[in-house]
Amino acid sequence: MSEAVIILSIVLAILVVVATFVLWLTKDLLVAVLASAVISLVSSIFFLILQVPDVAITEASIGAALTTGFFLFAMKYIGRNEDD
Amino acid sequence: MIRKFLYFVILLAFSFFIYAVISAYFPFGENTLTGVAKYYVDNGVKDLGGINIITSIVTVYRGFDTLGEVTVLFLSVTALAFTLLGFKVERRTLPNPTLIMETGGRYLAPLIMLLGAYIFLHGHLTPGGGFPGGVIIATAFLLLFVTQKVYKLRKIHLTVTEALAGSLYVIVGLVGLYYVRSFLGNFLQTGKPGYIVSAGIIPIIYLLIGFKVGSELTAVLKNLKEGGDEH
Repeated sequence: MSEAVIILSIVLAILVVVATFVLWLTKDLLVAVLASAVISLVSSIFFLILQVPDVAITEASIGAALTTGFFLFAMKYIGRNEDD
Repeated sequence: MIRKFLYFVILLAFSFFIYAVISAYFPFGENTLTGVAKYYVDNGVKDLGGINIITSIVTVYRGFDTLGEVTVLFLSVTALAFTLLGFKVERRTLPNPTLIMETGGRYLAPLIMLLGAYIFLHGHLTPGGGFPGGVIIATAFLLLFVTQKVYKLRKIHLTVTEALAGSLYVIVGLVGLYYVRSFLGNFLQTGKPGYIVSAGIIPIIYLLIGFKVGSELTAVLKNLKEGGDEH
């Protein structure tokens, strides 16, 4: 792996950790859903770096796009705040 | 706060444990293929003519597992539809889409569907396949559901597409069982590896799976948006 890829990986790993903490500590469900979408998107880039493009496509389409949509529609039923 | 800290410590210990186990069994970056995995990599292209060996494994070598996967998806979709049918909750409506959202969604959705169709038609040549292709098509419908002010889909169309694709998939498997003595066995010629018409039954299976997954997940989105009751 070249140096640029390693630096990119470190930046993305920090982004994943930050997004995980946001997902964990927030009380707003919309923020939590978007944070989980960010985690999926970044991990799909990781799969691409690790040379598994099949898994990368699946993770990007299911994890980042479709699951976010499911959660957004589910929030119509349960509301946006955790305390509701 | 102390509870969250405790969770964090447990999570850290657990991930360290998983890392230790995995790195002991599969050293990173080394060629450690053994047994059946080595067979797939060595003979996959010769046996079935598909460049993308993952596709060959999923559809033909391990085709029966894929049938189980399709069944699980079907069951969960049915369960969700029935669960939502019973509830009568007052629903919050989505915010009204702006003009930019409406126009952009209308022009983007067909392109996304085209990408999904490309991915499942080229499943034996390039990364991807029936499941991701179908999911991408469902994503296009998600875009339409979110951005269009009025977007109506008849439920019967989705159900008929899904049922047709699912039963044709099982029929292809049974034909394989008759001719090659294995469920979903490859009963067509493999052709020249790398061409669009090659790899025997893999493109056919992925075409059917793509339609099935796409219509199924679109039905899920429709149920979630409209509350499960028939409109």
